[in-house]
Amino acid sequence: MDELKFYTYIAVFGTFGLYFAIAIWARAGSTSEFYAAGGGVTPLQNGMAIGADWMSAASFISMAGLIAFLGYGGSVFLMGWTGGYVLLAMCLAPYMRKHGKFTVPEFVGDRFYSRTARIVTIICLIVASVTYIIGQMKGVGVAFSRFLEVEYDTGLYIGMGVVFFYAVLGGMKGITYTQIAQYVVLITAYTIPAVFISFQLTGNPIPQLGLGSTLADGSGVYLLDRLDLVVTDLGFKEYTVSKMGGTLNMFAYTLSLMIGTAGLPHVIMRFFTVPSVKAARASAGYALVFIALLYTVAPAVGAMARYNLMNTIEPTAGQNLDYEQRPQWFKDWEKTGLLEFSDKNGDGKIQYTADANTNEMVKVDRDIMVLANPSIANLPNWVIALVAAGGLAAALSTAAGLLLAISSSISHDLLKGILTPDMTEKTELLTGRIVMSVSILFAGYLGLNPPGFAAGTVALAFGLAASSIFPALMMGIFSRSMNDKGAIAGMCAGLGVTMLYVFQHKGIMFIPGTSFLGDMPADWFFGISPNAFGAVGAIVNFSVAFIVLKMTQPAPQEIRDLVDNFRSPHGEIAASHDH
Amino acid sequence: MENNNTYWQENLRLILICLVIWFVVSFGFGILLVDVLNEFRLGGYKLGFWFAQQGSIYAFLGLIFWYSKKMNDLDKKYDVE
Repeated sequence: MDELKFYTYIAVFGTFGLYFAIAIWARAGSTSEFYAAGGGVTPLQNGMAIGADWMSAASFISMAGLIAFLGYGGSVFLMGWTGGYVLLAMCLAPYMRKHGKFTVPEFVGDRFYSRTARIVTIICLIVASVTYIIGQMKGVGVAFSRFLEVEYDTGLYIGMGVVFFYAVLGGMKGITYTQIAQYVVLITAYTIPAVFISFQLTGNPIPQLGLGSTLADGSGVYLLDRLDLVVTDLGFKEYTVSKMGGTLNMFAYTLSLMIGTAGLPHVIMRFFTVPSVKAARASAGYALVFIALLYTVAPAVGAMARYNLMNTIEPTAGQNLDYEQRPQWFKDWEKTGLLEFSDKNGDGKIQYTADANTNEMVKVDRDIMVLANPSIANLPNWVIALVAAGGLAAALSTAAGLLLAISSSISHDLLKGILTPDMTEKTELLTGRIVMSVSILFAGYLGLNPPGFAAGTVALAFGLAASSIFPALMMGIFSRSMNDKGAIAGMCAGLGVTMLYVFQHKGIMFIPGTSFLGDMPADWFFGISPNAFGAVGAIVNFSVAFIVLKMTQPAPQEIRDLVDNFRSPHGEIAASHDH
Repeated sequence: MENNNTYWQENLRLILICLVIWFVVSFGFGILLVDVLNEFRLGGYKLGFWFAQQGSIYAFLGLIFWYSKKMNDLDKKYDVE
C-alpha cells in the first residue's frame, strides 16, 4: 500500500469511527428527540450542524470548479447559497419555531387549516429531497472509488451503512451531533489546501486576502490581473467580468437560489431543534458564519486552481508543456476519463485554448478542480487524504439531513397526521425508523442506478422549493388574511409554471427528445435559463394566491389569532412539550 | 393586543431596512451595478467582483447579527421574551 492510500484509509475510517461513537452516545429515545433533538440544541451547535447539513457534495466538490471556469458568473452560487439565510433569519425561522411543530408540512397544514395544503407540501418536500439526495449518494460513491480505489458500488454500500447507523439510531439528535463533527472535518479539509496554495502563490496564507494580493513571483502583478491576462490571451472570457448569460439571468438565478435555500425543508426543520425564538435567530447567524468560512474561500480556490492549471500547461506564453513531461496528477486523472488530451497538431505539446478546433485539452471536468487541487500544487499526501474525508463528510451529512426530512414528512405528516392519527408515540418512533431505513435503501438504489436526469435534478429541487414552499410560508406569516384556497392555488400554479418551463427546455422528466422547445439561450423566456426560473415561479405563486384570496373568504378569526401568536415570542411553546 | 401590534410594526420596519441593504449589496452592487463598480478597486479585486464573491456574504452576516441584536432589544422593550 502506498503512502497516500495509507493516509486516506486513516482519514476516512478514523472519521467514520468518530461518527459511530457519536451515534451510540446520542441515541434518540422519544419522537421529540427523533424529529427535533428534543429542542435542546444550542444556537452555536445548531449553526455548525446547519452548515454541514447545507454544504453538500456540490458545495464541497463542484462549486469551486464551477467558479474556476465561470469566473465572475460563478458568483450566483456564492450569493445565492448564502443570501437565503438572511431571509430565513428574519422572515421564516423565528415564527416557525414559535409555532412549535416538527415539520414544514405541519406548519403549512395548521396555518392554512387544510389537509390538502399539507399534502401538497409533503409532495413538494419529498420530490425536492429525493432529487437532492441522488447527488449526495453519487458523491459518496465517487469519493470512495476515486480515493480508495474500491468499486463505486462498494463505496456506496459503505456510505449507506454509515448513514443507516447514525441516522436510524439517533434521528435528529444523532444527526445533529454527527453533523457537528462532520462540519469540523469538512471545513478543515477545505481550508488547509487553500491556505497552502494561497501562501504558495501570493505569500498571504489567508485565501480571502490572497485572492486580492499580488503574486509572490516578484512581478508585483495582482493574481486576478494575471489570471485575466492569461485566460484572455488564450481566447477565454475575462475571468473577473465574464457573465453567466445576461444580467437578467444572473439576477433571476441568484434570486431563485436564495429563496430556494429559504424554502428547502431540510434546512428549515433544523430551526425546530433550538430552545427558543431568540435562539432560532442566532442559529441562522452562526450557520452563516460557518457556511461563509467555506463560501468566501471557494472563490480563492477556484481562481487559484484555474491559475495553477493554466500555468502548468503553459508556464510562460508560447512555451507549452510537453505531453511526455506531464505531472503525475495529470496521468492519474486521465485514467478516470475526467481529463482528456488529444494531440491535434501532432507537436507533442499541450495547447489549451478556447477555440474548439485547436484546443487539445478536450475534456477538463469541473468536478476535479477541488479534488486535484492539492496535487496540482504539490501538497503533501496527508492533505490529499484529508480532502477525501472532507468530501465524504459533506455528502454524508447532507444525505442524513435529507433522509430525516423525508422520513419525518412520511411518518409524522402523512401517517400520524393524516392516515392514522391515533398512533402512539412508541409506534410513531418505530415507524419513523422503518421509514428512514426504507428511504436509505431507496436513495441507495437511485445512487446505484442514477436516472438519466440526475444532472438536472438539483436545479429542480431549488425550483420546487422556490416556487412552491417559500411563497406559501411567506404568505402564511406576513399576511393574516391569506386563506387555504389562495395558498393551495398559488403553490400549484408556481410549481406548475416552473415544472413546465424546466420540462419544455430540458425534456419531460428530463427524458431526451421530449422537450418541445429548444434548450438554447435564444429559446429562453427573456434569456432566463431553466435553472433560474424558480424566481419567476414564485412571482406567479404570489400573484395567483392574492387573486384567489380576493375572490374567496379570507382566513377565519382563529387563524388570525394563530398568526398573531407566532409573530410574538411571548408565551413560548417548546417542541419537546408539544407532543 | 395593541402592544403586540406595535411590536410587529417595529419588527417589520427592521426587516425592511435589512432587506433593502441585502438587496443593494448583492443584486445591486454584485449584479446590476457591477460594471460601474468594477471601475474602482479594492487591492487586487475589482470592486464589483469583490462584492459579488466576498463583500455581499460579509454584509449578509452583519445583517443577521444586527437584526438578532435589535430583536432581542425589542423583545425586552415589549416584554415578550
